[in-house]
Amino acid sequence: MYNKGLIVPGLIILVLLVTFPFWFDAFSATKSTDPTVEPPPGGEQHCIYPADEMRAEHMVILNEWRDDVLRNGNRGTVTVDGKVYGKGLQLACMKCHTNKEEFCDRCHTYASVTPYCWDCHLTPTQQKAGLKEAN
Amino acid sequence: MDTKRRTFLKAAGVAALAGISAPAVSKLAEASASAVPAVAENSGGTAGKMRYGMVIDMRKLYDRPDIQEKMAAACRYVHNIPTFDDPKSEIKWIWSAPYEQAFPEQSSTHNADVIEESQFILLCNHCDNPPCVRVCPTQATFKMEHNGIVAMDYHRCIGCRFCMMACPYGARSFNWFEPRPHIAQEINPEFPTRMRGVVEKCNFCAERLARGEKPACQVAAAEVGAIYFGDLNDPESEVRKVLAENPTIQRKPNLGTKPSVFYIV
Repeated sequence: MYNKGLIVPGLIILVLLVTFPFWFDAFSATKSTDPTVEPPPGGEQHCIYPADEMRAEHMVILNEWRDDVLRNGNRGTVTVDGKVYGKGLQLACMKCHTNKEEFCDRCHTYASVTPYCWDCHLTPTQQKAGLKEAN
Repeated sequence: MDTKRRTFLKAAGVAALAGISAPAVSKLAEASASAVPAVAENSGGTAGKMRYGMVIDMRKLYDRPDIQEKMAAACRYVHNIPTFDDPKSEIKWIWSAPYEQAFPEQSSTHNADVIEESQFILLCNHCDNPPCVRVCPTQATFKMEHNGIVAMDYHRCIGCRFCMMACPYGARSFNWFEPRPHIAQEINPEFPTRMRGVVEKCNFCAERLARGEKPACQVAAAEVGAIYFGDLNDPESEVRKVLAENPTIQRKPNLGTKPSVFYIV
């Protein structure tokens, strides 16, 4: 091989540069940036479904509830741990997850999704303090 | 050969004409067979179906603008309705208007003084044959089959305002502005607000009825007992009894919308 002295170190430098993100991440002390959400402040342990399922399916469940309540005339209730909730974002979800900013927003911001829920529905802070004081 | 060229050409001409006109003839025949008026299906069977309706006894509200305002205020609170001073942008679920505006078809030159001087309380008529539902391109407004309420799904409304054009009663309002800063009263934490760019209207308090409560305006007018509410399809219901005992009028009945709100004047 001609120019061995140049090519081999050059290749090593190239490989190091290309794999830089991997080993930098492996050896540096920075922690994972995956969002962590806070559990309900009230200490409730169970949701209507297990946590993984809720994480993956909550948007589908909300859409189903919306159609049930508004269109199909099925404004039933959901019971979790003996407590009865009306179907709905304001009537059920936010009763336990009163920390919208630490619960909903953390993941939504991370995933860069902007659901339009809060254009109309009231956040727990708004529900408690009124619109003017909360904004 | 027997066939002369002349007769052959005649026969060919007739056959060609028949061939060309056959599709048109069969289309015409089809059309006349299915020429049943489209409106008729709405007046179909009512068995087992509910249809909520309201009777407003105006005799108890004639000189009571205070009660009418109380009804409107109750509705504003329950549904987080904003208040706009400009009549072009105001949001109306329940409102008051003079007789000639409320009942333009029934007005006459010599009405009773009390009718001329009073305001009439108006709201969505929750028509049995609602024109707003017919024009909605997204089915954001629809008639609930199980109780007859003309409801709205604000999630779907694209703000085209066809329904506002279609409604002959002015019962629909458009949110020209972000409504939240204009909610003057205390907020009802159990009900959402709306957003800019959607149409809104009275929902007959569907959310309260589902909880077994009465409509908010009926509760607000309870001290004079001016509002009766119930199932128009149930002959034993209170509204049907009131309707049977009192002469009532509806708003613009000749349009064929079949309003569910009746007035005793």
